[in-house]
Amino acid sequence: MSRRTSPALWAWLAAGFAFLYIPILSLVFFSFNQSKLVTVWGGFSTRWYAALMRNEQILGAAWLSVKIAAISAVLAVILGTLVAVCLTRFGPFRGRVKTEVLTGLSLLLLFVAMEQAFGWPAGRGTLTIIIAHTTFALAYVAVVVQSRLTGMDPSIEEAAMDLGARPAKVFFLITLPIIMPALVSGFLLAFTLSLDDLVISSFVSGPGSTTLPMVIYSKVRLGLSPEINALATLLVVVVAIGVIAAGLVLKQADQARQRDAKMAASK
Amino acid sequence: MSRLGYLPLGDHLAVSAEPMVRAIVRIPPVRWALNLLGHVTSGRGLVIAVPYVWLALFFLIPFLIVLKISFADQLIAQPPYSSLVDFAEQGYVTLKLNVGNYLFLAEDALYWKAYLRSVQIAFFSALICLVIGYPMAYAMARAEPTWRSVLLMLVVLPFWTSFLLRVYAWIGLLNNNGVINNALMALGVIDQPIVMMRTNFAVYVGIVYSYLPFMILPLYATLEKMDLTLLEAAEDLGCRPFKAFLTITLPLSMPGVIAGFSLVFIPALGEFVIPDLLGGTETLMIGKVLWDEFFSNRAWPIASAVAIAMLSLVLVIMSFQHWLERRAAAAR
Repeated sequence: MSRRTSPALWAWLAAGFAFLYIPILSLVFFSFNQSKLVTVWGGFSTRWYAALMRNEQILGAAWLSVKIAAISAVLAVILGTLVAVCLTRFGPFRGRVKTEVLTGLSLLLLFVAMEQAFGWPAGRGTLTIIIAHTTFALAYVAVVVQSRLTGMDPSIEEAAMDLGARPAKVFFLITLPIIMPALVSGFLLAFTLSLDDLVISSFVSGPGSTTLPMVIYSKVRLGLSPEINALATLLVVVVAIGVIAAGLVLKQADQARQRDAKMAASK
Repeated sequence: MSRLGYLPLGDHLAVSAEPMVRAIVRIPPVRWALNLLGHVTSGRGLVIAVPYVWLALFFLIPFLIVLKISFADQLIAQPPYSSLVDFAEQGYVTLKLNVGNYLFLAEDALYWKAYLRSVQIAFFSALICLVIGYPMAYAMARAEPTWRSVLLMLVVLPFWTSFLLRVYAWIGLLNNNGVINNALMALGVIDQPIVMMRTNFAVYVGIVYSYLPFMILPLYATLEKMDLTLLEAAEDLGCRPFKAFLTITLPLSMPGVIAGFSLVFIPALGEFVIPDLLGGTETLMIGKVLWDEFFSNRAWPIASAVAIAMLSLVLVIMSFQHWLERRAAAAR
């Protein structure tokens, strides 16, 4: 069924993947370098991993980032889902007008104005980062959830309501399970966006709330650091395991679905 | 089709989560709790109000405040800007708008250069992404179905790893004593290192590298859905493959081209991290100018005026994109 495609096209695809992966592989390779010079090979060593594990600043920032990402992702999923449910009847939600610098600046100015007007939030820190990340991720969650909602068969909800279920019950027992994949997508997306954000956090953070990207950025500005290579390697390994595991789970679910479909057809 | 529906990882996980959630919702205590919650929250107004209050408070009002401060005077105070409304004596309320910030932007060549350079870099980066990404997406869409999901996963995987660390990786590759220069000198191709870091070239590499997946995914989505019998019909009628590509495949993939182009162009326009880490003094991009005005110069009113100028540019580009999308839809 698949059409003939020229070898040149496959070579192009391979070159494209090489472009995408060589930088990541070079990060991983030089994380095992004995030498402090990141780009000159001086023998195999895991000393930078040991150094990373002793680095209180990086570990503390990583823990803070994970906490902020978890809380803001949960909030973004709840609010984003509500927005998507409300807006499905009114047309597509276009939330992503602003770029990162704009979001960061505008939220900071809001927090400053609010503090002047009624004293809350007092100063900037973890709370303001959580609010900012929730706000910026909720647009993504709303888009993901909305695409799932529009693809959903409305007759199932209507049937439940005809049988006397209240709207809230219909939502929790019918709609929510159906849109669950989008909620999981949205959560992972919001979590990753928060964990990865440097620009917005830099605007709205205060003293004592330094997130992991802010620490990485301040180190990277000073030059290459093998500890950052070690950190990047750990991150790549975690993400790769997650993505591959998810791929295998999908494959199995797909096969199970095809089996079910075959059985249903044979009956 | 939503723009973020292209990121399949969450869907992968969620497919397995769905039966689990269905099972959990059926456990009696959970069911009772949900029923109770259903009765408590049946006030529909609350469901609608919460997200809208949040959006108004954190989306709309901040924008109005930026607009307001862009008309304020710079003060050496905390916060460093003047108030627009003055409650002067005798009960008069005076509103003072200072357009000086905008005049300053218009007069100083630095801001114009940054503005134009941002548009230029974002446009050519998106074009390079299209040239690199289109054949990749095409090959992926024509691959065996079992291979497609693996290739798709390979495109998505870099997206889930840290953006900052991927930009950092390029410093190690492009430095004067970096991997590329060391390799070329060891091979005897060059005697002197080629200066690549802190140039526009490095910024292009960084942007194309970071945003390439955003170009490939929408292109792949449209190319994969394409009806291949159209090409067979063209072939049967004696059309050469290249002409068939130009008259059938390319026009049909236009929605993907538009989506991919704007997914690269718009964020690249306001990019800060890449020009800051990889670019030099010649690479003035508007995101970096805003950052420097705010953090280094503490010029909040000027930074706000830069933000408004940038937002207007993004809005113009987005309405152009919607116009293109409507035209592409009407053509079909």
